Amino acid sequence: MPGTVLTITSGKGGVGKTTATANIAAALAKLGQKVVCVDADIGLRNLDLVLGLENRIVYDLVDVVEGRCRLRQALIRDKRLPNLFLIPAAQTRDKTAVSPTDMVQLCNELRQEFDWILIDSPAGIERGFRNAIAPADQVVVVTNPEVSAVRDADRIIGLIEAEEKGPARLLLNRLNPQMVRSGDMLAADDVLELLAIDLLGVVPEDEAVVVSTNRGMPVALDEKSRAGQAFRNVARRLLGETVPFMDWDADNNIFQRLGRLFGRGD
Amino acid sequence: MAEIAPKIEIKGIRDGLLITIGDAASWEAVQDALLTLIGERADFFKGARVALDVGSRPLKAAQLGKLRDQLSDLGITLWAVTGDSPKTQQNARSLGLETQLTKPRPGRVVRPLEAHPEGEAALFVRRTLRSGMRVAFEGHVIVLGNVHPGAEIIAGGDIIVWGRLRGVAHAGANGNTQAVVCALDLSPTQLRIAGHIATAPPRKGKPVPEKAFLKGNQVIAEPWSGK
Repeated sequence: MPGTVLTITSGKGGVGKTTATANIAAALAKLGQKVVCVDADIGLRNLDLVLGLENRIVYDLVDVVEGRCRLRQALIRDKRLPNLFLIPAAQTRDKTAVSPTDMVQLCNELRQEFDWILIDSPAGIERGFRNAIAPADQVVVVTNPEVSAVRDADRIIGLIEAEEKGPARLLLNRLNPQMVRSGDMLAADDVLELLAIDLLGVVPEDEAVVVSTNRGMPVALDEKSRAGQAFRNVARRLLGETVPFMDWDADNNIFQRLGRLFGRGD
Repeated sequence: MAEIAPKIEIKGIRDGLLITIGDAASWEAVQDALLTLIGERADFFKGARVALDVGSRPLKAAQLGKLRDQLSDLGITLWAVTGDSPKTQQNARSLGLETQLTKPRPGRVVRPLEAHPEGEAALFVRRTLRSGMRVAFEGHVIVLGNVHPGAEIIAGGDIIVWGRLRGVAHAGANGNTQAVVCALDLSPTQLRIAGHIATAPPRKGKPVPEKAFLKGNQVIAEPWSGK
């Protein structure tokens, strides 16, 4: 059966597309799927760093598209998860180096070998986004519970609908249950009401993400991390399993108790 | 069965090139013919800004998007799609394309002669408008759906939203101070009637259907009372 192309996009920059791509890929690979991530953020590549694979880049996406190497040569295999691969972006070029047609052709080749092809979209609504969307079978929109991120997400969902790649699903990233409780942050329901698409997953704010990014080790492989758990749940949902959303109230009590312990007070 | 050869005309205009497509042939035939033509004169077209007149063809956003990408591969920027079909115009706008070659001059509200004497021209939009979408029409605009913040409706006449109005609504855009804006949930980021601009105070409690209109120099919103 041919593989599925899943594009992860957002509109707004810095909401967690690359983190989500790396972690969903790692979680799927851990579940036995054969996965390749493609970094479509040409010129500002990050996916290789988050996966800890930057030292092994010899060929990149632009080399493949421009015919300087075979597709196989640009695939970097993760040593921790043998069925996880990466095609990195080029750092010294920009988004005009690749066209939507190039991406469709590349993915058609990749579909024959992989169960999942995850495309890390750049921020914005221009050429980079159109490159990332062109081959998509499914689209995940990442946003934060924060007004400017949600506004940009709405725009991108509209563009995805216009290109007939919908319906997209939502990944709500960096939710802080404590702040939601105190009314300082949008709740998941508020965001869903504004965006009117189905929810794929909610990932809580978690310091372990910063640590794991700097170490090049996806947090989805960290059994103790709440964010890691959330990404693992997303992978299971993508495979068709019904996974209940994580319970935040249990979490809140811990935050509150820790707050009082360290003298922060509510 | 012989395919009708597509009619394609190319003309230089102030803003680049205007390519006019005849109405007869199939869209696939038109695309092939157009790309072949451009391929034959690649140097002439490279770097060109192109506006496409598609006549009365209804075209989907995916079709326009695909053509834009194919032209972009050849170094051509498609910046506008003009035509008579409102569906094509709407879809073109949703992709960020212009639908007019020059800025429109404000005109009178159009009253079609054949219409029922008491009816007026209205644009009916049967979908939710997301951020970045823009609907503009000389007559009235009716939306069956929500209008998200970041979306805009500009009407020469009235605006009616059967849903939540959270974006920008400008009624009476041609100067008609009698224009009204109605919505089931009137919570626009900005409301304009003719030349007057107003913002809505934050809503308390459940939304009720309201009608906004100009009273003197102020924009007033009245809940629907059933009368």
